[in-house]
Amino acid sequence: MTLDQGLVRQLTRRLLGVVPTLLLLITVVFFLVRVAPGGPFDTEKALPPEIQANLEAKYHLDEPLLQQYFRYLGQILVLDFGPSFQYKDWTVNELIAQGFPVSLTIGGVAMLLGFVFGVGIGVGAALRQNSAADFTTMGFAMLGVSIPNFVVAPVLILLFAVYAGWLPAGGWDWSWRSAVLPVVTLALPVIAYIARLMRGSMIEVLHSNFIRTARAKGLPERQVILRHALKPALLPVISYMGPATAALITGSVVVERIFSIPGLGSYFVQGALNRDYTLVMGVVLFYGVLIIALNVVVDLLYSILNPKIAYEEL
Amino acid sequence: MSVLLEVNGLDVRFETPEGEVHAVRGLNFSLQPGETLAIVGESGSGKSQAMLAILGLLAENGAATGQARFKGEDLMAMTPQELNRHRGRDIAMIFQDPMTSLNPYLSIERQMIEVAMHHQGLGRREARTHAIEMLRAVRIPDPETRIRQYPHEFSGGMRQRIMIAIGLLCEPDVLIADEPTTALDVTVQSQLAALVDEVVARSNMAAILITHDLGVVAGMSDRVLVMYAGEVVEYGTVEQIYAQPLHPYTRGLIDSVPRLDREDHEALHAIPGNPPNMLALPPGCSFRERCAHAFEACAEAPELSEPGEGRLKRCHLEKAP
Repeated sequence: MTLDQGLVRQLTRRLLGVVPTLLLLITVVFFLVRVAPGGPFDTEKALPPEIQANLEAKYHLDEPLLQQYFRYLGQILVLDFGPSFQYKDWTVNELIAQGFPVSLTIGGVAMLLGFVFGVGIGVGAALRQNSAADFTTMGFAMLGVSIPNFVVAPVLILLFAVYAGWLPAGGWDWSWRSAVLPVVTLALPVIAYIARLMRGSMIEVLHSNFIRTARAKGLPERQVILRHALKPALLPVISYMGPATAALITGSVVVERIFSIPGLGSYFVQGALNRDYTLVMGVVLFYGVLIIALNVVVDLLYSILNPKIAYEEL
Repeated sequence: MSVLLEVNGLDVRFETPEGEVHAVRGLNFSLQPGETLAIVGESGSGKSQAMLAILGLLAENGAATGQARFKGEDLMAMTPQELNRHRGRDIAMIFQDPMTSLNPYLSIERQMIEVAMHHQGLGRREARTHAIEMLRAVRIPDPETRIRQYPHEFSGGMRQRIMIAIGLLCEPDVLIADEPTTALDVTVQSQLAALVDEVVARSNMAAILITHDLGVVAGMSDRVLVMYAGEVVEYGTVEQIYAQPLHPYTRGLIDSVPRLDREDHEALHAIPGNPPNMLALPPGCSFRERCAHAFEACAEAPELSEPGEGRLKRCHLEKAP
């Protein structure tokens, strides 16, 4: 019960700490997108000045910068990211609401696969340290970490869509078939990275004195690994997964482009290219909130996994 | 009397980047039921590694050969699964560093009941009751509450008490205590030594006490085995060893125990020099370089001889001119 109180107190403190972080993020993004040359309504052919002025007035771009800034802050307080400058008749909230579920699905499944397979492979390799199997899997893991997804994706498309014809080469219709290739593309490097991380931390934990104690107790090896070694060995993986999950579920620009998936990542790139101020800020803020939230989740997991932290935080 | 544990020709070698370390060289000893054997020697004499080897707990770069017969069965020839039937149940081991020997991520309860549940087939509740009894036996105050806590909530001395309680859970035939008090405060050391002595005497189990401190040994053990550079250099009953040490190294160890009854305020005696480099053992007697009595014969390694009933020594000294 002291633990629960500690958790609540810890959570409250973390949430209070979020406010200045977000304010800083909003401020930096707000001014950075405006510093970038060009504006949202620049086209190859210059617009008549009256139209340009009308447009700017509609979106309050004619106001002094500071006034715009505080107007934006006011909007954020009621969770309104404003209208998109480019996607006419769409608000940024609507765009995020449309794109995020797609990215969340693909990224979430990819992260789940990454965790399950990464941890499994990592533990397996650690238990067979320096064997042929260990070297082989870790070699593949190194490849998985280093080959970029814009290489993996076309290869997968070529093999499974073009030659075998089992799966669609792109597009998104909420069917599992349209999800397989993008999910696999996203999951492979995560599996590889977590496997390497897990192998290293597992080997380290297996050398600790308390593992020798567990063995001296005559416990079966499976119990030694699962009960005594897994929890501490998972800690580095958990801390990697916080920000990595945020990055995955907000959509990979490259993967969404290659597979023509209407996720959040594509809006982000389009928004930046179009100087769609509100869209860029909306997506960045959304991403920021997710990262912060997932880091809080990681901290909570940490205090659950590690009894020492829960107490020290008190 | 039947022999409980008999170790024959135990050799432990480690592959290190600098070369092979022959940490234990042909160790023989036997342990009777109910007997307490002290294995004494400096750091690096191989005493801990010999015990770890018997229980199959050597580090990955270590390899052991020889025999360790426990009630007639050779522990060293067993598969890990077979060995697990004895580890923690018939033979329990307590380690040197209580701060790192308990799992910091699991509650004391978890770390205790798993032993009773696995070896004795107890249910969770019975195992818990049994664990609380054991904590009480090693005098952990308020064991019903404290069993739910985690290792970091206990002091070093308390953690070592918990380690002892874990070791006692299955009423083992042999308790191996590897310098159980070394990492602790001096005041706590004597309490813990007394506790080990008490639990061993009460349960009538055999014990192997590993220590570098002959002072600890005196009141607690029946026989003493002195090791130097991986070999037995002297063996005998406590009385024999104290009254009439035959090896100069043993004599040095006895002299280096601090004593309050000395009136002349003489400086604490120390054995000069350092233990030999185990990567490159010099030929001849391994203690020769530090020995005040060394003479020509010591250039040849002495064999273990039996100067009397139940006594062993590895020294040329009586042949000295």
